[in-house]
Parts: sequence; structure tokens; C-alpha cells
Amino acid sequence: MSNTAVTTFEPSLVLWEERVPGGTHWSGVLRRGNALRVADIGGGANVSMLFYNYEDKLERYNMADTLKGQHTVYLTKGHVCYSDMGRVLCSISEDTCGWHDTISGVSNASQVRRKYGQARYQEHRNGYYRNGFDSLVNELGKYGLGKRDLVANLNLFSKVSMDDDGNMRFQEGNSSAGDVIDLRFEMNTLVVLSTCQHPLDKGSKYDPKDIDLTVWRSGTAGVEDPCRNACAENQRAFINTERLFA
Amino acid sequence: MSPELTESRLAVEDAAFREVVAAGEPFMKQLEKGQVFRILDLEGNQAVDTLFYSARDMQERYDANTTIREQGNIYLTTGSILRSNEGKPMLTIVADTCGRHDTLGGACSAESNAVRYALEKRHMHSCRDSFLMALAEWDNGLSKRDLPSNINFFMNVPVTPEGELTFEDGISEAGRYVEMRAEMEVIVLISNCPQLNNPCNAYNPTPVEVLVWES
Repeated sequence: MSNTAVTTFEPSLVLWEERVPGGTHWSGVLRRGNALRVADIGGGANVSMLFYNYEDKLERYNMADTLKGQHTVYLTKGHVCYSDMGRVLCSISEDTCGWHDTISGVSNASQVRRKYGQARYQEHRNGYYRNGFDSLVNELGKYGLGKRDLVANLNLFSKVSMDDDGNMRFQEGNSSAGDVIDLRFEMNTLVVLSTCQHPLDKGSKYDPKDIDLTVWRSGTAGVEDPCRNACAENQRAFINTERLFA
Repeated sequence: MSPELTESRLAVEDAAFREVVAAGEPFMKQLEKGQVFRILDLEGNQAVDTLFYSARDMQERYDANTTIREQGNIYLTTGSILRSNEGKPMLTIVADTCGRHDTLGGACSAESNAVRYALEKRHMHSCRDSFLMALAEWDNGLSKRDLPSNINFFMNVPVTPEGELTFEDGISEAGRYVEMRAEMEVIVLISNCPQLNNPCNAYNPTPVEVLVWES
């Protein structure tokens, strides 16, 4: 198993834990110096996620700057998530999964209906079929944000790779039971997420997976930190971040 | 890969609108449904950062993720449907003599230049500055909030099967063009890229021409 060597932390540092059921949505504020562990409990989870500077929500995660700065199309341990203002919202201090998708966006209502059929609240109560777009818009609305703010998102635990001609391929079984990713927040960050299935998930069954969230006092990236020193671009983005909090 | 190239049957002398966009300048124009819009790379290897908004509902705009996911490919060329965040077709590429256009590289900004090249590069002109000035002049309530990830016409950003992403020398040349038909009323917003720090403009930004034909 890839996830046996996961780093541990003192239980006394844990601030809170919460289970987020599959197909639902969540939002919250993660403070600078705290880390969020997202755990794929049973394997095959997908977490569509976005980050905003909590003090100035006009500043948000930027897919293109994140990819260009680190010359990568996916995220894993050692990478950071850039804002559109050249700062580090969070750094990935641990990852047992290996590939988190950055380019595929979220599912929407018509796509979910086409793939999985219809299950309405009226008949299914809270088992009704949800989709990533509406879920994220729902959470964004709680902070005065909306569709205009739903920018290119992460899909944790999902892998979409490209062949030499650019054709996209969804990798089944990318994430195993117990896989985790740690997001160490370098800024006070609004996190919004949906646990709906990945939009390119090949399965024909509506079967979104539960995740666990654990937050602990991790501290920020130190001078020797591998995320900070992964490349000169990251070093400069950390300087910009530290100037904001100087 | 050697992309398929598709030439247009439209004659330049029949165009209803022609305008040269100088290097480092923005351009904004409404297109009616059915109109055909061409961007012509006049001197070669010039990145053209481009966004589209629905003229009827500015909250509906070009969406990179939806566009590439629906076609199952990260590059744009003839036949590509440029889709909105609502999943609707906004424009269809109907001719392309370059062969491949970028969807992932986004726009340069003062802040991203500072991170990518050196903190002192913050003061160089950038695409986001051009976008912001165009939105300010248009005065329609749009701001940085309304700048999603854009298309880079003529720009070459290959991704390897292992997930490495790089900026390479352009594959466009003088006289190459991309042409698209509007499937709804759209506002096109262009920044003719002023980037001097990487090969996306061959280190020498140059003018492009935009042309429009009636349906």
C-alpha cells in the first residue's frame, strides 16, 4: 500500500475533525499555520476544492499560475497552490496518493442526470443526486460569492493525464482506502469543497465517497521546507506571502 | 504530433471589420450569433490571450475546464467548441492554420511575473493589466473577479504523459490564423501578449489582426 508511510502528528495538536459524506458540500476557514488533512476513507473519493483569501476574497486559487510556476499539470507532495496575486495559499506537506487533478473542473446538473439518471429530493430526501457546480455555488453564496467566482478547481484524489496529442484520460483506482493529502495553510483561507464524483469518472453508478477532515496546528513552512525550496518560483511566492503578514 | 490544418474559404476583402491590435494592447468587441471571427498572427509566434463573455449574461463566460473536458483534449483546433461555465457552446473553431492552441497557461500578470522570473519583474507590462484596463474602460461592473483562465491562441504549452508542463517555442508563423463562428452573442476580450520573459512571443511581441465576417 502506498499509504503506510504517512507522516503523523501529536494528537494534542488536533483542533477539530469532521466527516463529510459523499455527494455533499462544505466550507470553512483555515488559518495560517494550521493544516488540513483530507482522507479518502474507502478509496475512490473525489474532492472538488477551491481556495480564497479570507480577508480579500478577490484573491483566489489560480490554476494557470500554479501550473506554470511549478511546471506541472497535477499536484502532489512538495507542490503549493498559488493565488492570482503571486502568493501561496497552501502547501502540500504530505500526500500518499501521488496525483491530484487540476484541469477537469466540476460536474454539473445535466451531466449528472445524463450519467446517473435522476433522483430528486421529493422522492429521495437527502439521498438526492447532487453535482459539483451547484454544490460549490451553494457554498460560495454564503460568503457573497457566486458563479463568477467559481474558477478552475482542484479535484483531490483524481488523476487525469494526457497523451502526447493532448487526449485526456481518467485513471480509475488512483486513490486507495486510507490515502491522505495534507494542505498546510500559509494564508487565512476560505476553503469550499464538494464531494461529488469527478466529472470524468467512468462509473455509471451515482456513488460519491465520504471523506474525513482533520485540522491541526502544524505551523507554516520553515526555511528548510521542501515545498518552499522545490523551485525558485515557490521561494519567491513564499516571500510575497510573508510580506503580507509582516 | 503534426496537427491537421484547415484553411478558411472566406476572403479577406469580404470582411466586414478589420483592425490591427498592436503588441501589448487589449481589444474588445461584441460578435453577433453567426458572425465569423479571425485572429491573424501577422509576424508569427505571437500569443493572443482571449476571453469570451455571453453578451446577454456576463456571468456566463468561456470556461477552460468545461471546454477541454467535453472534447477530451487539452488543445484547441478546428472543430473545438469553446464552451461556457454553463456548458453551452459559445463559439466553434472553423479554420486553423496553426494547429494547436493552449488552454492551460492562463494570462501573465505583474504578480505571476514576479513569482516566475524575479521579484523586480513586477513592473513589466502584462496581459492582466491589459485585461483590467479594457474592463475599466468598458465600465460594465466587471473586475479581476471576472477574469477566468483564458485561451492562448498560437501559444505552445505541451504537457507530457508524466504531467510535466512547459512553455516552448511557438508553432505559429507569420500569416497563420484561427477562425471561429459565434454560436451566441459574445463579447470577445483580447490581450495581445506583452510577455518578454519566455518564448511564447519569441521574445518579441508583435501585432495581430482581427477580422469579422457577417454570417
